Amino acid sequence: MKELKLMKGNEALAEAAIRAGCDAYFGYPITPQSEVLEYLAKEAYARTGMVVLQAESEIASINMIYGAAGTGKKVMTSSSSPGISLMQEGISYIACAELPCLIVNVVRAGPGLGTIQPAQSDYFQAVKGGGHGDYKLIVLAPSTIQEMVDHTKLGFELAFKWRNPVMILTDGALGQMMEKVELFPQTERKFELLPWATTGKTKDRGRSIITSLYIQPEVMQEKNLHLQKKYKSIEREEIRFEKYKCDDAEVVLLAFGLVARICKKAADLAREKGIKAGVFRPITLFPFPYEEVNTLADSSRIFLTVEMNAGQMLEDIRLAVNGKIQVDFTGRMGGIIPTPEEILEKIIEINEGVPA
Amino acid sequence: MNERRMLDDSHYENLIEEESVCINENLVYDKPETLTKTPMHYCPGCGHGVAHRLIAEVIDELGIQEKTIGVAPVGCAVFAYNYFNVDMSEAAHGRASAVATGIKRVLPDRYVFSYQGDGDLAAIGTGETIHTCNRGENILIIFINNGIYGMTGGQMAPTTLEGMKTTTTPFGRDVQAMGYPLKITELIAQLPGVYYCSRVAVNTPVHVRKAKKAIYNGFKFQELNKGVSFVEIVTNCPSNWKMTPVESNKWLEEHMLPFYPLGDLKLPGKEN
Amino acid sequence: MAKVKGDIIIDIEKCKGCELCAAACPQHSLELSRKLNSKGYHYIVKIEDNCTGCTNCALVCPDSVIRVFRKTEKKKEQVATITNVTGDITVKVKS
Ligand SMILES: Cc1ncc(C[n+]2csc(CCOP(=O)(O)OP(=O)(O)O)c2C)c(N)n1
Ligand code: SF4
Ligand code: SF4
Ligand code: SF4
Ligand SMILES: [Mg+2]
Repeated sequence: MKELKLMKGNEALAEAAIRAGCDAYFGYPITPQSEVLEYLAKEAYARTGMVVLQAESEIASINMIYGAAGTGKKVMTSSSSPGISLMQEGISYIACAELPCLIVNVVRAGPGLGTIQPAQSDYFQAVKGGGHGDYKLIVLAPSTIQEMVDHTKLGFELAFKWRNPVMILTDGALGQMMEKVELFPQTERKFELLPWATTGKTKDRGRSIITSLYIQPEVMQEKNLHLQKKYKSIEREEIRFEKYKCDDAEVVLLAFGLVARICKKAADLAREKGIKAGVFRPITLFPFPYEEVNTLADSSRIFLTVEMNAGQMLEDIRLAVNGKIQVDFTGRMGGIIPTPEEILEKIIEINEGVPA
Repeated sequence: MNERRMLDDSHYENLIEEESVCINENLVYDKPETLTKTPMHYCPGCGHGVAHRLIAEVIDELGIQEKTIGVAPVGCAVFAYNYFNVDMSEAAHGRASAVATGIKRVLPDRYVFSYQGDGDLAAIGTGETIHTCNRGENILIIFINNGIYGMTGGQMAPTTLEGMKTTTTPFGRDVQAMGYPLKITELIAQLPGVYYCSRVAVNTPVHVRKAKKAIYNGFKFQELNKGVSFVEIVTNCPSNWKMTPVESNKWLEEHMLPFYPLGDLKLPGKEN
Repeated sequence: MAKVKGDIIIDIEKCKGCELCAAACPQHSLELSRKLNSKGYHYIVKIEDNCTGCTNCALVCPDSVIRVFRKTEKKKEQVATITNVTGDITVKVKS
């Protein structure tokens, strides 16, 4: 029987974490995502015995994650932009030590302390590194509360499949709004002794050492080559995206997360006006669907990237298109959500300027 | 090889009929099993080595090798995981106690210890240190106070004594400008989450014996689930103090110990 | 009084010549060799045969270089007396 529930995004995500059999959550309050910690504090321990700990800072949280993930347990943290900035050193360590974990960024507008209103301005930070060194996170960008739930489960699966940190890049609006979601059944928490994990050195195996220190350049390079190879495999196997009315589209709106939903409305409005519009939505921001975007450029006339930032994913779209067609951009910053109407206006404006 | 063979033969001719004392049943001190065979990278005479050996001896004696997980710092002891024959995690600079918290929270029946320098624990990681202790995490924190940043080449540490010369206090630590040497152990001892708190040294055989007892307590108390055990070990850094090892241990006795007095700051069952 | 006789084995290849053991030895049994080990350190050697096996040197050695042995000869106790049939020879057997 389907289990449907009307839930707030942050709470749905927290509920999904419990049901996915998460072993521990470490986090620090920050708007607009404190409900994740609050919900877990109330629900998790009694139901599954999951550890929920409010840390003294995001630096402490991410390092608790590092320690706990090193034991092979299913662990996660969540925060919002300034807190995620504080975590970057730890995330870089986790990526290098190849530890599975889930990190949720409920993005708010910056830079600086910024505002608590939603934004997508942490795209670069999430996708291009954020911390130091050549590493990649697997980045999932949900656009509905249902996907907040599904990506939590998927995030843990991918984290363990690739022994890599996974980030859910969502935003304050998705975190706060309510939608009906279908919940998956409770997965039992079970503790598996993984050969690489620090669970105590038993006689049947060598020591497990979790480290990101490779002092000799040759060895460090070897480690890097290994990581790059892994990222290539992830690029081959894990690309996810959604196409909305793209088959006959002359104008393609490219957007991720919340904005993609608004773009769908804008595309429908454009079609009412006789403009064949569609939407392309990357679901994984790393790995990014470069090839699919490139192919799509063959069959369309106009690309319009829409984001709640100054144009960050735009750079990847342009990289994918590689000059084939013009790529335009419209967006909002500072915590303002673009409306379907203003996107439609932009579509009409560009459509008139670009000859058929 | 047995060093006896290296001495000239005449020295031994008159001992020839005496049976060797060096037989297993007479062995009274040997390298603990929990230390790997890897030679340590520490400078000659550095206290880190003694501290490592004592931890390993205690793990041996308690028979908890399979249940122990250590956390190495960033500092000279960054490679500690090469020397302890137990599972280890290498933490970011200052974050060892948070990493240890993460491990202990998901594996509460394991023995978890962090090993941290003064820069690591009392400067960049002060927040994690205080809060780990205040939460009363059931772990052992080993705090190596050598009054200096060893690894990065002898800069001022929070514990550097007043007037002490370092590369960043070339004229001696001026407390007006640089603040005072931080007695973080005294601060820590105040926290209700701390069950056991002691300051020891490893510069003399007597101190080494007491240090081992403190480390033993620190591991043993984890079984009680009563909070943090915090053991400060005042050590030397001959290289950056610019002294011979023997001089450095003497200097430690004469200058460090009067400011950082040895003894238990908090002992269960004793009112402090 | 029990007679104590000690000895040590020094793993000279691991010794870094810091001399902390020599400074801690109450018997002044230890000294730096003029020779170098393969790591380039002068290593410690035993120069006197007066070691009591007190373990001080091993306790302060940062590199776990020294193994200590100690033989405690207990005062011999008489366990039997054997006298021959004529009673003119008596042998006392000690442990
Ligand atoms: C975030 C960060 N800042 C600075 C450093 C550089 N660093 C490495 S070790 C160290 C100080 C180590 O001193 P201490 O903790 O006292 O350990 P010791 O070497 O004296 O044993 C510093 C500043 C670093 N690795 N990471
Ligand atoms: S620099 Fe100082 S603390 Fe570091 S290994 Fe050398 S003597 Fe020890
Ligand atoms: S203390 Fe150890 S390393 Fe130092 S000289 Fe003696 S045997 Fe060698
Ligand atoms: S065991 Fe004692 S007497 Fe013997 S060499 Fe070592 S310190 Fe000296
Ligand atoms: Mg130091």
